[in-house]
Amino acid sequence: MTAVTDHMTVPGAAPQRKTPKGTFDIVFRNASFLSALFVLVLLAGIMLSMVIGGWPAFREMGIGFITSSVWDTQNDQYGAWPAIVGTLSTAFLALVIGVPLSLGIAVYLTQLAPPWFKQPVSTAIELLAAVPSIIYGMWGLFVFVPLFAAYVQIPLSNIVEGLPIVGTVLYSRSPSGLGILTAGIILAFMIIPFIASITRDMLDQIPSVLRESAYGIGATTWEVVRHVLVPQAGVSIIGAIMLGLGRALGETMAVTFVVGNANRLSASIMDPGSTIASRIANEFNEAMGLQLNALIALGCILFFVTFVVLVIARILVSRVKAY
Amino acid sequence: MRNILILAAATIGLSGVAQAADITGAGATFPFPIYAKWAEAYKKETNIGLNYQSIGSGGGIRQIKAKTVAFGATDAPLKGEDLTKDGLIQFPTVMGGVVPAINVAGVEAGKLKLTGPIIAGIYMGEIKKWNDPKIVALNAGVTLPDANINPVYRSDGSGTTYVFTDYLSKVSADWKSKVGANQSVQWAVGIGGKGNEGVSASVKQVANSIGYVEYAYAKQNKLNFALIQNADGNYPAPDDKAFQAAAANANWNEAPGFGISLNNQKGAEAWPITAATFLLVHAKPEKPEEVQAALKFVDWAFKNGDKLALDLDYVPLPAGVKDQVRNAWKGVTDPAGKPIF
Repeated sequence: MTAVTDHMTVPGAAPQRKTPKGTFDIVFRNASFLSALFVLVLLAGIMLSMVIGGWPAFREMGIGFITSSVWDTQNDQYGAWPAIVGTLSTAFLALVIGVPLSLGIAVYLTQLAPPWFKQPVSTAIELLAAVPSIIYGMWGLFVFVPLFAAYVQIPLSNIVEGLPIVGTVLYSRSPSGLGILTAGIILAFMIIPFIASITRDMLDQIPSVLRESAYGIGATTWEVVRHVLVPQAGVSIIGAIMLGLGRALGETMAVTFVVGNANRLSASIMDPGSTIASRIANEFNEAMGLQLNALIALGCILFFVTFVVLVIARILVSRVKAY
Repeated sequence: MRNILILAAATIGLSGVAQAADITGAGATFPFPIYAKWAEAYKKETNIGLNYQSIGSGGGIRQIKAKTVAFGATDAPLKGEDLTKDGLIQFPTVMGGVVPAINVAGVEAGKLKLTGPIIAGIYMGEIKKWNDPKIVALNAGVTLPDANINPVYRSDGSGTTYVFTDYLSKVSADWKSKVGANQSVQWAVGIGGKGNEGVSASVKQVANSIGYVEYAYAKQNKLNFALIQNADGNYPAPDDKAFQAAAANANWNEAPGFGISLNNQKGAEAWPITAATFLLVHAKPEKPEEVQAALKFVDWAFKNGDKLALDLDYVPLPAGVKDQVRNAWKGVTDPAGKPIF
């Protein structure tokens, strides 16, 4: 009690305490700067070691490393094209399936759901986000794949057989349940929690006065969502989608389980394929010599693809902001 | 918190003690269960532990070349020139077989008969249906469905794939010229599963599929399997006896470092897809005492480990081969040129 009074009554105390506080401030500032610097150094280190590790493959194959579809470990010929296509197509399918569902979840939860329903669904989404990817992979292989083969692939192949375009894209030569589309669906399940929960938080932050005035002038729910909420939260929604896309591009374990791991290019999304990450996971253990370099070079390409996606996201975000 | 610190300190202390005597090794995943079992029993007797990292054959070869371990382990044997180049000595430890696991509705276990060329045809996409005339002709009395065959292969590089493709190269000239034998090859058709467990899961999940797995894996997972015609024209059931029969007729000195293939060996009861797994040590190790400890461990396993191997569905080497291996160890010397075993 006396100590408090002392502090309050001695007028010189405040300026005296300024000095130690200032020292701490400098330390704090430098410490946080070092933390930020650490990220850059780490990133540069990873990038450098991947470029050095992958360089022999780029040198041997040249541009063919990206454009060639041959992955022949016996003759040391490596081409990344099927893996690049597989990575992009599974991620794209994941977005096509996942984004509308996520936005639907977010809009329903923030605008339409009764409170007793909102809480359990929100918790469920957060739980889904915490499920490890290997669980998605195992669930995909043991539960989803047989059902998908029996109730989607086989009937669908029978329907589309011989038709133009869909007869190629959706036809499965051997309906095993594993394939590019299966991987896309599992990935969609994995990114929905991210996109949905971020979008929900963003929609929640929009001042309710905006929404209420829109309703006040007679707008329907759809119109409020379309013309008030989406423009307000647009930037953050794109950010959330890009975060999900980043996860879909790099996801390894779940995809390895269900993609079918075929180093071939196929016109059908029902056929097995592979992604960059799944191929690295499959072959890294036993890789030697140039194959190891090729795998590291694959990692380099994945790094680059993810980087390009992030840059595009930034550009999109800044454009939306400009409006 | 204090407890955790004490525990951590104790663990560090323990591992410090253990490391001084531990044998270090790394490599193939296929023999890992039996090496672990042998190591457990060996530690009870001698108090010397084994620190074996099952990182895959490729990793094992890398590690022994880099001299970070006392021995490397590989399923696919190194060639003579590679052994000389790196100054390595190679020898087999234990054997196993590869069986074709199948999932075909209406076919009972061990009832389906196949030949090597038919399996090659299936994996090259030339034989597409289970009721292909070639398969039907071999299997009178077995109802085969009019369904597409889903071939399953190992998507990771693996000694199992090497053994399987080496066998197909031996029985099918077409396979040899188009695909060849390696730890991973270019598959024309089919789906890939990661590891023995990935292949067996895919075979179980996917109807009308065929895959290849280690015998121990097929047995423990109760997978249905097909019989394969051997070099003598018989269809033996895959078991310890059939694998040993394959080893009995082999000439182990045909290739340097015992690096022969046991595939498609003569013998009425010989299982056609059989292989040994190998260890690699440096012929002139920098730390001879470490390699000496490793060789003593293998010698102990040769003397006392056969029952443990059979329990885990591995096949021990014939006694004559073990003696030949011990003889080969005379090539491992200390810096003074004196054999360490």
